[in-house]
Amino acid sequence: MQTMTTISGWGERVRGLFADTKGPWGPKKSGDEPEPSPGPWGESPAGRRPAATERGGNISSLDEFLRRSRARFSPGGGGGLPEGGLGAIILWGAVGVLAMWLIFTSFHSIEPGERGVVTRFGRYVYTLGPGVGLTLPSPLESVQKVDVEKIRSVDLGSDSGEDLMLTGDQNLLDLAYSVRWNIQTPELYMFELAEPEQTIREVGESAMRAVISQVSLNDAIGDRRADIEDEVAKRMQLILDAYRSGVQIQGIAIKQADPPDAVNDAFKQVTAAQQDAQTYINNANAYSLQLRQKSQGEATAFEKVYEQYKLAPEVTRRRMYYETMEKVLEGVDKTIIEAPGVTPYLPLPEVKKQQQQSAKESGQ
Amino acid sequence: MMDFIRTRPILLGVAALVVLLLVVAAFPVVPETKQAVVVRFGKPVRILNAYSPTNPIGGTGAGLAWRVPMAEQLVWIDKRVLDVDMQPQQVLSTDQRRLQVDAFARYRIVNPLLMYIRAGTEQQLADQLRPILGSEVRNELGKVTFAALLTPERQGVMDDVRQSLNRIAREYGVEIMDVRIKRTDLPDGAPLTSAFDRMRTAREQEARSIRAQGAKQAQIIQAEADAEAARTYAASFGKDPAFYDFYRAMQSYQKTFLGDPGERPAPTTVILSPQNDYLRQFTGKSK
Repeated sequence: MQTMTTISGWGERVRGLFADTKGPWGPKKSGDEPEPSPGPWGESPAGRRPAATERGGNISSLDEFLRRSRARFSPGGGGGLPEGGLGAIILWGAVGVLAMWLIFTSFHSIEPGERGVVTRFGRYVYTLGPGVGLTLPSPLESVQKVDVEKIRSVDLGSDSGEDLMLTGDQNLLDLAYSVRWNIQTPELYMFELAEPEQTIREVGESAMRAVISQVSLNDAIGDRRADIEDEVAKRMQLILDAYRSGVQIQGIAIKQADPPDAVNDAFKQVTAAQQDAQTYINNANAYSLQLRQKSQGEATAFEKVYEQYKLAPEVTRRRMYYETMEKVLEGVDKTIIEAPGVTPYLPLPEVKKQQQQSAKESGQ
Repeated sequence: MMDFIRTRPILLGVAALVVLLLVVAAFPVVPETKQAVVVRFGKPVRILNAYSPTNPIGGTGAGLAWRVPMAEQLVWIDKRVLDVDMQPQQVLSTDQRRLQVDAFARYRIVNPLLMYIRAGTEQQLADQLRPILGSEVRNELGKVTFAALLTPERQGVMDDVRQSLNRIAREYGVEIMDVRIKRTDLPDGAPLTSAFDRMRTAREQEARSIRAQGAKQAQIIQAEADAEAARTYAASFGKDPAFYDFYRAMQSYQKTFLGDPGERPAPTTVILSPQNDYLRQFTGKSK
C-alpha cells in the first residue's frame, strides 16, 4: 500500500509534466489545461516556481523548444547533441508517463470482501469481483470500491437519555437496540438511495416501534425479545428491498428493554412480590415436609409398639404405665394425701422449706 | 500553416483551449444518481437520464450526453430515493387523546420536467412536501382511535396517508414510495404523567396479586400437609383407639412433667391420693 501511494504520487507529478509538454501539439484530453509551467527546462521544480508567473517568457522558450525539436528531426540538422538528448528524454518520459497512467488507471486490485463498481462516463457498466480487474483508463471508466463483507452497526434508541416507546398495552418502554447490516448489492447501494445510513436508521426506528406497538410490555421486557428482533429484521428487509437499497439486514440486537425510570420502583416491587410469594411457598413446603415426616414417624412408632402390645396387651400396658410413672414421678416432690381427711404420709414442712428455698433462689 | 503556427503560438493556444472547453461543455457526463433537464434559453427542451421504473441500473440514460454549449443549460435533479421528514406534531385521535407523531416519507422524482416547472429545486420541493405530509398525517390519524394506532391497522392508515399525499405529489412529478410513522409518543405533561401513574398502579396491583397468590398457594400446601398427616395418624391409630389413648397419655405425661429431654424440669409438686391407680400396690391390698 505504501509503495502504491508513492508511485501514484510520482505518477501524478509526471502526468502533470506530461500534460505540459503535450500542450503545444494540441489538446488531447479533457480537463488538463496546459499550464505554462516550465517543467522540463529547469533544474528543479521548486526552484522554478516563481518563473511560472512570467507567461510571455515561457511561451517564447516553448516556441524556441519547438524550433529546436524540428531542427532535431530534420535531416542533417546541426542541432547540438545536448538539445537532441533532451528532446528524446522528454519524448520517452512522456511515453513512460502515458504507460504508467494507463496501467494505474486500468488495473484495479479489489480486496477480498470488496467489490469495484465500474462506471463509464458516469453510467454503471459492471461490478468487479475480488482480484485484479481490468477497465478502460481513467477518464473513460472509473472504479469505486465498496466493502460488502463488513458488518456495519447502527445504534438506535436510548443510548443518550430515555427513549420511550408505546407498547401494545399502552405502556411505555425504554429501549436501546442496534441494527447490523452490510451492503449486498453495491451498485444499488450507491445509486438508489440518497442517504442510505439515515434511511436504515429511520426504517429501523419505524419497524421497531411498529413491532413494539403490537406486543405487550411484559413480552417486550421478558422472553419474547428474540421474536421481536426477528420480526423487526424481517420488516426492515422488506422496506429496504422496496427502496431497492442493496442493503442486507444481518440482525437486530436489543441491548436494553426497561420500564421508564419514573415507574421503575413499581416494577421492582413486582420482583420483590415475586420473591415474597416464593418465600411463602417455600415455607409452606418446608412445613409440609416436616409435618409429613413427623406424622409418618409417629404413626410408624405407634404401630411398632402396637405390634408388641398385641402379643401381650395387659403386661405391656402395665409395664409402660409403670415406666412412665417412674420417670414422671422420679424428679418431682410427691405428697400423698388420704382424702377426705388430710393425713400426710410424707412430712409436709420439709416440702414447704424446700419450696421456700427454691422460691428464694428463683427470686434472686 | 506551419508559418502560422510558428508566428502565432499564443493565439493558437487560446483557440485550442476554447475548443477544449466547448467539447467538455457539449458532452456532459450524466451520473447514475442524477437526471437533468436541458433548458434552452429558459425553456426546458429535453430530459437526460430520466427515471423509468423498468430500467435497471446500467440500462439507463446515464453516461455521455450532448447539448448545445452556451445555449442550453443543465438543471440537475436527484434520481435517487429521497426523504422528507415531518416536523413532530401532536395529533388528536377520535377518542380525544393526544399523541406526538413523527413520520417520514420516501419519494422519487419520476417526472423531472414537471418537478422543475412546479417546484424549481429539490430543496423547494422538500419544503413544499413537508407541510403537506404533516397535514395529511394529522388528517388521517385524526380518523382513528388511539388504540388503533397501536395495532397492525396503523399500516393501513399509513397507506391512506401515502395515497392522499401521492395525489398531491404527482402534480410535482413526484412519486411517494411510502409513508411511515417513525415515532408515536405521548406528549409531555399530563398524558405522560397519567400513563406513568397507570403503569405504576398496574404494577402495584400486580405485586399485590402475586403476593396474595403466593400466600394462597402456601396455605393450600399447608392444609394438604395437615390433611395428610391426619390421614396418616387416623390410619395408624385407628387400629386400636383404646391403646392409642393409653399410649398417647403416657407420652403426654412424660412431656408434661419432664419437659423436653435435655432440659431440667421445673420444680413440680405432685399430690397423690392413695386411691390413685399408681399407688394401688402401695396400700398393700391386691386388686
